[in-house]
Amino acid sequence: MIAFADLLERLVFTPGRNAKIALLRRYFATQPDPDRGLGLAAVTGELSFATAKAGLIRQLAADRTDPELFAWSYDYVGDLAETVALMWPSRATNAAPPRLSEVVGTLDRAPKAALPAIVAGWLDACDPSVRLALLKLITGGLRVGASARLAKIALADMSGGRIAPDDIEEVWHGLAPPYSALFAWIEGQAPRPDPADAPVFRPPMLAHPLDAGDIAGLDPALLRAEWKWDGIRVQLVASAGGRRLYSRGAEDISDAFPEILAAMEFHAVLDGELLVVRDGQVAPFADLQQRLNRKAVTAKMMKDYPVGVRLYDMLFEGADDIRPLAFDARRARLEAWHGRMAPARLDLSELIRFGSIAELAALRDGARAVAIEGLMLKRADAPYVPGRPKGLWWKWKRDPLTIDAVLMYAQRGHGKRSSYYSDYTFGLWRADGELVPVGKAYFGFTDEELAFLDRWIRNHTTQRFGPVREVERGLVLEVAFDAAQLSSRHKSGVALRFPRIARIRTDKPAAEADRLETLMRLVENAQS
Amino acid sequence: MTAPHPETWLKVLPQGLYCEPGGFYIDPVRAVDRAVITHAHSDHARPGHRAVLATAPTLALMQARLGEDGAGAVRQALAWGERIRINDVDLWLQPAGHVLGSAQVAMEWRGSRAVVSGDYKRAPDPTCAGFEPIACDVFVTEATFALPVFRHPPADAEIRRLLASVALFPERTHVVGCYSLGKCQRLIALLRQAGWDAPIWLHGALAAMCRVYEEQGVALGELLPATVAAKGRLVGQIVLAPPSAVADRWARRLAEPVVCMASGWMRVRQRAKQGGVELPLVISDHADWDELNATLDEVGAPEVWVTHGREEALIHAAGQRGIRGRALRLVGYSDEGSEE
Repeated sequence: MIAFADLLERLVFTPGRNAKIALLRRYFATQPDPDRGLGLAAVTGELSFATAKAGLIRQLAADRTDPELFAWSYDYVGDLAETVALMWPSRATNAAPPRLSEVVGTLDRAPKAALPAIVAGWLDACDPSVRLALLKLITGGLRVGASARLAKIALADMSGGRIAPDDIEEVWHGLAPPYSALFAWIEGQAPRPDPADAPVFRPPMLAHPLDAGDIAGLDPALLRAEWKWDGIRVQLVASAGGRRLYSRGAEDISDAFPEILAAMEFHAVLDGELLVVRDGQVAPFADLQQRLNRKAVTAKMMKDYPVGVRLYDMLFEGADDIRPLAFDARRARLEAWHGRMAPARLDLSELIRFGSIAELAALRDGARAVAIEGLMLKRADAPYVPGRPKGLWWKWKRDPLTIDAVLMYAQRGHGKRSSYYSDYTFGLWRADGELVPVGKAYFGFTDEELAFLDRWIRNHTTQRFGPVREVERGLVLEVAFDAAQLSSRHKSGVALRFPRIARIRTDKPAAEADRLETLMRLVENAQS
Repeated sequence: MTAPHPETWLKVLPQGLYCEPGGFYIDPVRAVDRAVITHAHSDHARPGHRAVLATAPTLALMQARLGEDGAGAVRQALAWGERIRINDVDLWLQPAGHVLGSAQVAMEWRGSRAVVSGDYKRAPDPTCAGFEPIACDVFVTEATFALPVFRHPPADAEIRRLLASVALFPERTHVVGCYSLGKCQRLIALLRQAGWDAPIWLHGALAAMCRVYEEQGVALGELLPATVAAKGRLVGQIVLAPPSAVADRWARRLAEPVVCMASGWMRVRQRAKQGGVELPLVISDHADWDELNATLDEVGAPEVWVTHGREEALIHAAGQRGIRGRALRLVGYSDEGSEE
């Protein structure tokens, strides 16, 4: 538990990706089984306990601390687990801090009535850092500051390059804590664990952005084109071992979309785009957002935001791995399968007919419909290759829209950018002369532009709110974005997709920046 | 005749705490005729008093900080425990353990004794004399860290964490945010105790106070200016800088800096994260919750007055032990977290 607490504390404060990987790798390499596997499960969010919850911690605090002192402390710290970890009045004990495996095993098996005394005994034996890790484990609020993917990269790193992160991804969902077979494989002491029938995730094939320089080398006869849908990429996996819906990042999102799971009356692995679809019409991304990042879903949500999947590829048909086949062959299998099965909620992403690249370019420029971001181009002869292979798939997004907005607030960045004001909130003029924020951008600028913006912000600050500065309404930024959509979440009523700083318009007075109504005319889901 | 209650002769005025029969203020926040100064931090040692009474190191630090004119037209140094009589009041100074020269002010008038702690800590500090409890009728205490969530770990363990991080990231520069008076020199002394013999690099704002410490006999080893050093020379080194500089433009001159901060506030995670700190070091020059309460018990005063900080929690805890508490709510003293 001490090593685990130390890992968590360092991860929380370490901004750099490589430093995080180094910390994870050191933990996995130095800790014994089964502790390290349980630590891995904690980092990847696979641990939860039925009986130990936040209520237990409140009860412990009430039993051991003065209620007024606790209330003042909680008010100051603002986090229940941290307050208790810091103020816990330890009773003398000879007990050593528990091992992570002992904690997990006990929380899994001990009867609920026995837990308060057990946890109190652990807290007595631990220092504040270990107490915090223990209490966060119980409340399920670890927020380690490292993704599951990062943990897999650290594991691959440990194998000395023998095993790629994607190799681990392919067996991951067939494994369970404490992952002893996984560690044995990584350390070269056992063969690759066989996921057998388990509905595991397969790393998806990703596209490169199409650069102007790529266009000349494209052969239209060898290319297939589809619309690029603005939803989220998902993988549907149904086998004898079960059904799963995964996000592009291998996160199991099955519980949030039970209607998709219900429709998976087949054995296959499919690649597609999750979209909100009403009467055959795809709704804008903002609608889909209502369904994302939810653990459970209500009947009302399912009715108001009905989802479907637009399929564009097939990885397995039954147990048959067809990833080595060419795109055309896989597409033929997908179409035949879809025609035969006619699955509910799943349709096919149509192939776009075209004769020349120029014709495609025209189609792309005209692609202004809701939920279309541009085109996808795929080589007809390409197998399905995990990762981002060069020269096989391209995304060809339509040209961005732009507005000239006024810089309103700036916030400091993180890590390497922590000394720079690098997050910018910008706004547009309303008819009544008020400037209203319409979005936030933190990329798109060069290092020189960042230095200029940082200097400008420091010299034109009017108010400071912690890490945020409010600035004079004096600098115009040309902001590029992929789409504008109505949104009830934003004060201005409009949300931008992928906003970035395209140019700094020192030549333009702030009063001549765009008005909100200009942006509203670009909104795609405007009420007609 | 019973001794007069300190309430009748030690008063809170807009200028600060005033000893009426003695005719002097303790750490006044405005310029006054006669001031007794507990220690040289800028919120306690303001410029412009006519007569100043303090320890010799405090006077030296005040002069370095405020100039000859600012540190008092008439300056009188008192040795530890040396008693003087001001009008009818007996006064002496005892170590407070906060920074070099920091003192508690003990006063006795007609058999009634009050002690003003100034800022203090109980943990050992190689750069200053340790706190000595004095029995009294009223103990006037600070309460900067008066919440049970503040328990400072041993400072040498925090220094070991810093050195472990230097070993883990040898290609980076560790820059530690710390206050120019007290924290800076204590860190240097702790690093030397832990065996760190390499030069320690200083932001320009820290150099002057380090010179006074050395003149007062506190050896700090080799100190070099970080501001003019080449980036390459600072790789694997430890740099000290004021808290405001570590995550700001000044730190861009450093090689991939690991931003550290040495402060009691680093105990609370959210507070540490907000400042962009990568390695928080819980090292404080103020008493933590346990030290505050143990001190109240040791001095045995039936009544405790709290100058500034989180007084409600300390008064509540004292009350449970039968000690009467009173919040003075003196304005003008800053928390450890604010800039000096």
